[in-house]
Amino acid sequence: MLKYLLSRVGQAVVVIFVVTLIVFFLLHQIPGGPARGALGLYATPEQIAAFNQAQGFDRSLPEQYGRFLLRLLQGDLGDSFTLNQSVGDLIAQRLPKTLVLTVLYVLVALAIAVPLGMWQAPRRGRVADYVTTGVTFVLYSTPAFFLAFVLIIVFSQTIPLFPAQAPQSDTLAGIFAEPGALVLPVATGAAATVAVFSRYMRSSVLDNLSEDYVRTARAKGASERQVLRQHVLRNSLTSVVAMLGYYIPRVFAGAIVIESMFNYPGMGLLFWNAAQTRDYPILLGVVLVIAIATVAGSLLADVVQALIDPRTRKARV
Amino acid sequence: MKEEALPEPDALSEQDTARAEGPGRRRLRLFLRNRLAKTGLGMLVVLVAFCFLGPLLHRTDQVHTALADAHLPPGSPGHPLGTDDVGFDLLGRLMSGGQTSLTIGLAAGLLATVIGTLWGAVAGYAGGWVDAVLMRIVDAGIAIPALFLLLVAGTMVTPSTGMLIVVIGCVSWLVPARLMRAESLALRSRSYVEAMRLSGGTGLRAIGKHIVPNAIGTVIVNATFQVADAVLLVAYVSFLGLGVPPPAADWGGMLSQGLSYTYDGYWWLVFPPGILIIATVCAFNFVGDGLRDAFDVRLKER
Repeated sequence: MLKYLLSRVGQAVVVIFVVTLIVFFLLHQIPGGPARGALGLYATPEQIAAFNQAQGFDRSLPEQYGRFLLRLLQGDLGDSFTLNQSVGDLIAQRLPKTLVLTVLYVLVALAIAVPLGMWQAPRRGRVADYVTTGVTFVLYSTPAFFLAFVLIIVFSQTIPLFPAQAPQSDTLAGIFAEPGALVLPVATGAAATVAVFSRYMRSSVLDNLSEDYVRTARAKGASERQVLRQHVLRNSLTSVVAMLGYYIPRVFAGAIVIESMFNYPGMGLLFWNAAQTRDYPILLGVVLVIAIATVAGSLLADVVQALIDPRTRKARV
Repeated sequence: MKEEALPEPDALSEQDTARAEGPGRRRLRLFLRNRLAKTGLGMLVVLVAFCFLGPLLHRTDQVHTALADAHLPPGSPGHPLGTDDVGFDLLGRLMSGGQTSLTIGLAAGLLATVIGTLWGAVAGYAGGWVDAVLMRIVDAGIAIPALFLLLVAGTMVTPSTGMLIVVIGCVSWLVPARLMRAESLALRSRSYVEAMRLSGGTGLRAIGKHIVPNAIGTVIVNATFQVADAVLLVAYVSFLGLGVPPPAADWGGMLSQGLSYTYDGYWWLVFPPGILIIATVCAFNFVGDGLRDAFDVRLKER
């Protein structure tokens, strides 16, 4: 177990290093460069040269990368070009809000998807299964910005149940003071997530139903309900847990769209605005935070899975 | 104990028939037994005919704007679905936009499959440090949100159909690479591959002649899902403002353009492209689901 853990942690560190390499060099391929983005179209060559010197952009790429890594190790993500704040502070302000939104919608989605997949699996090939499968695929296939639009039109314009704008408060208490305003953003995010995880749960339950331990349980006289709830559920959940870690980038991609549709001032909107103004330090910082979250999430998921299910320790090297 | 939770009751007779017919026919039969898969296939035929043959029946000018005819409601003479904000006939625009969306989706999905298949096959076959390096790159790529890569790419290249195919293909090959690596790892130690290697065959030959052909089920099934995701991704790219430039159109671009008239009541600009995107992505997913049953493939990611 310890060996497995060490090798997975080692891999995770390497992956984060590769991410910094890819993102750093990609950002330096952008034409116009950061100076144009920071100083605008009317900057003189002298101003650009001064900016590049001050930011260290006139040095060689490997040297810049080295300096960037060094500062990163000290927890310094640099300063925003446009917002006059350090990237670390900006992310620290916005991250909790995005976490509230994403954790909420993933939890809502799981609370629907897990029972749905469990319900569908034993009904495979029947009309109920086909209909549910059809509906989940429609949810999966709907672009989030279109779903957000439909929800706003129906539940905010036609029937004024919920506001079309997400909570604007800066504090968590303020966000939860307007639970109604969270309904549509959470529903938008949960839709596609329900689709993915209910499909996943369904096939996981189907796989488990053909395992020997299920036959044993049935032979011992367990009812179908007991088989599903006591045996299959646990075993199927381990693979759903493993899937969650890899799902983090998509959760965040969802946050970009949802936050811009409902004007929710989280990390997604920060990223979206930074992309418009070419605020490279913010883009770099946000991508790194997401990447670290993804790598840490997958690592955690793998470790949890290895703890619950010893078979996976050997299977995945 | 309820009977229906057990595997299909006709499993035994199915094995008997399977022995009598070849694998191809058996797959076709399994595929056609899946009602959703049949529906998906039918939807695809209709959608392709609508986009590529439709313009022959419903001729419209999709290049020159006609501002005097802007925002005509559906049912206007000559414009059965109305016109958009610069006077393009909406029905005709849905057809030409669909051509863009389908072309980019298909080509980008296939490109991603080809890159991913080769990458994963090489990683799994080579093993050792080559595998480690190749797969850490895949892990890193998966950890970076595709939308970020698209945004960066959008500032570097001018969007065009060809460019979007390359860009979308290049951000979505990671999942097929992972799937293929697992297949390749399992196939590498099969006796026929080892025999070929012992008799002096090269790694390239092993991958091309044995590993990829033997994993073809996984490749085909995954390709279908890749195309579905690529069609969806094209829509997101347009939403981010990086879609094909006018006068060309695609469904995602039409949809996000229509969204800016949310409060003006021009519903016909929004729902038709939205519904067509959903129908296309669903259809490819239905077909992929049926193919997976027919090829009996396990895809970890779905």
